[in-house]
Amino acid sequence: MAVLTPQRSAPGSGAPERESRRLGFSQRLGRWDVKLSPYLYISPFFILFAVTGLFPLAYTAYVSVHDWSLLGGQGEFVGLQNFSDVLAQPTFWKSLGNTLSIFVLSSVPQVIIAITIAALLDQNLRSATFWRMGVLIPYVVAPVAVSMIFGRLFADQYGLINSMLGVIGMDPIAWHGDRLASHVAIASIVNYRWVGYNALIFLAAMQAVPRELYEAAVIDGAGRVRQFFSITVPQIRATIIFVVITSTIGGLQIFDEVRMFDATGLGGPDRNWMTTVLYLYDVAWGNQHSLGRASAVAWMLFLLIVLIGFVNFLITRQISTSGAAKKSKRKSNTRGNA
Amino acid sequence: MLSSTRSTRRTAARTLQASAGVAAIALALTACGGGDGSDEGSSEDGPITLKVATFNDFGYTDEMLAAYTEEHPNVTVEHVKAATTDDARSNMTTKLAAGGEGLADIEAIEVDWLPELSQYPDLFTDLADPELDGRWVDWKVQQATTAEGKVIGYGTDIGPEAICYRADLFEEAGLPTDREEVAELLGGDGSTWEDYFAAGRDFVKESDAAWYDSSAGTFQGMINQLPAAFEDPETGEAKDLGDNADVKAIYDEIVGSVDDDLSAGLEQWGDDWVAGFQNDAFATMLCPAWMTGPIEQNSGGIEGWDVADVFPGGGGNWGGSFLTVPASGANTEAAKELAAWLTAPEQQTKAFETSGTFPSQIEAQDSEAVQGFTNEFFNDAPVGQIFSTRAQAIEGAPYKGAHYFAIRDEVTNALNRVDITKSQDAEESWDEAVEKAAALG
Repeated sequence: MAVLTPQRSAPGSGAPERESRRLGFSQRLGRWDVKLSPYLYISPFFILFAVTGLFPLAYTAYVSVHDWSLLGGQGEFVGLQNFSDVLAQPTFWKSLGNTLSIFVLSSVPQVIIAITIAALLDQNLRSATFWRMGVLIPYVVAPVAVSMIFGRLFADQYGLINSMLGVIGMDPIAWHGDRLASHVAIASIVNYRWVGYNALIFLAAMQAVPRELYEAAVIDGAGRVRQFFSITVPQIRATIIFVVITSTIGGLQIFDEVRMFDATGLGGPDRNWMTTVLYLYDVAWGNQHSLGRASAVAWMLFLLIVLIGFVNFLITRQISTSGAAKKSKRKSNTRGNA
Repeated sequence: MLSSTRSTRRTAARTLQASAGVAAIALALTACGGGDGSDEGSSEDGPITLKVATFNDFGYTDEMLAAYTEEHPNVTVEHVKAATTDDARSNMTTKLAAGGEGLADIEAIEVDWLPELSQYPDLFTDLADPELDGRWVDWKVQQATTAEGKVIGYGTDIGPEAICYRADLFEEAGLPTDREEVAELLGGDGSTWEDYFAAGRDFVKESDAAWYDSSAGTFQGMINQLPAAFEDPETGEAKDLGDNADVKAIYDEIVGSVDDDLSAGLEQWGDDWVAGFQNDAFATMLCPAWMTGPIEQNSGGIEGWDVADVFPGGGGNWGGSFLTVPASGANTEAAKELAAWLTAPEQQTKAFETSGTFPSQIEAQDSEAVQGFTNEFFNDAPVGQIFSTRAQAIEGAPYKGAHYFAIRDEVTNALNRVDITKSQDAEESWDEAVEKAAALG
């Protein structure tokens, strides 16, 4: 304020100042424009983030330290009681195990298959657009519809897959009885939806790889496989990192597919395929009806995702720096040779 | 001078950031608070629109609702239908939790939601009306009456249970097929669960099919006959499941029948269960009036279904719904009037004819339209007559408190572990249920 006052009183005296004052206004407008516009231009994201991201996050934290029932509303402040209640429930730990298992079973094959498909699509194909759009079709189908179709396929007694296993003389697999089998089934539903989507992202990155590199490799006598591992994969490293991180976040939040895997939608009688998000749903809208505990679960899941994201970041930074080091070494080698 | 302008700029920038932040918060607040009280203040005589939210199929046709508008020209009725009860339930509880914003003027609820909703009677309009005394069967009114005597819902349909069976599979196994003979086979008027399972043991010796569809479904029918299965009606406190001899006896009886291959090992409403109808997986199932619809839908091309006028262990009710008027609505009086009209005997008789929901109104049950109603798919069985006899056998509604569903789900999970996933033996699975029920707290 003390700084503002002298400036405000300054233009109040003398005629020439008056002219400059009018100028001053338009100048001020111009200055506002320069200062304000950038903030206005970027503000939609931050306002949207504050409304849909930051506020729910903070509010969830507020709810998580209260006794808060779905219909009864806010109760008294209980501190970290909700967190310790949740940590004491064995179902929570089982759901974490399920989530990680389904995440590994889906993300790892997903990235590998997607990158392979992308490499195939990157070749000179006839009617390339048709094939490229074709891999995206599963992604367009609603997850619930996909889950219903796969539910028929993976039904224990009258499912298509078990019938086919019977035809080749194998015992039926208890898709809903065996813990690992149920995880494999759910992971395959997830993979069906997301492989094509990721393949297109990889494909876009592969299209940006300079063709001269391949030409040079062909002249050097490298086969397709060698080209793939020595040119394609290193060149699209940044995209691989992006896909790994987004599929990590998606994998830890999996809900639709597990919810639709059986009629009750709560992970089966043994809670064999109850993921953490499904557990959260059950705590809030199931028999416990405790939004407080559910918010505690949400925050722990958030922290877990941040933690795994951080580990991901460290690993991928490791890869990128070692890659850069190799590159610079190679560069210095070529320079030395020259 | 220079330095001072710079710092002015910095202050200005800071003010800007702050105001941007304030704007964002203000936006968030208006977004949350938007639409408050927009519909308030409409007078009783002015034109109003009443929303009725139901699920599945309540049998409320457009013509029926138009007829109401004819009688009440200032009222337009809008019907919102959810596909499943789960959708309707999460929609309703979430909106109730949010203070009632966005709720319909009349919300249909299932009997299963009552224990939870009656804990918050303030959220609903009291529908008690001396003029309507004697319209419903007593226990139906009892279910929707809170401890303080407030009526939170008008009864629509009920689910009196009979036994549906496959006459063709009975014939192959050398059992009688006629619906009266089948009723006798299962014990007639004094039928017990022992009779039912004994007939099943005879059946499975001669047939590839199982006797019933799902152990959890059968358990539901049996547990509904206990006056107070899991809780003490006096205090509302949960009984210790480990000491609950009644429930354990039912559990043991069902697990025994699973050991004798009486169960098809299917989860009701699951994909295998739906496919089971086409694959002759089972010969009988507990059959509340509304179940005849799903059986017909799932059994396209299968002939031989019939209904026997018998239910083991006396009468039983499974399901049924109510219409409530949320207290937060803008026109609760008009909504109460409409709810009373919709649940009047004439309307419920029509609903039974369109969608098979059996009326809870005494007058409707006795009406000729209901009594003379036959179902072509079930070998022209006189279902109207059968289900009203079954409805008369119901003695009252069992007590269900706030813990009921949580504990029942644990026992159901225990049965499913033995019957469907076969991951545990009976005793191990029961012990786990006891442990988990105790942990519910």
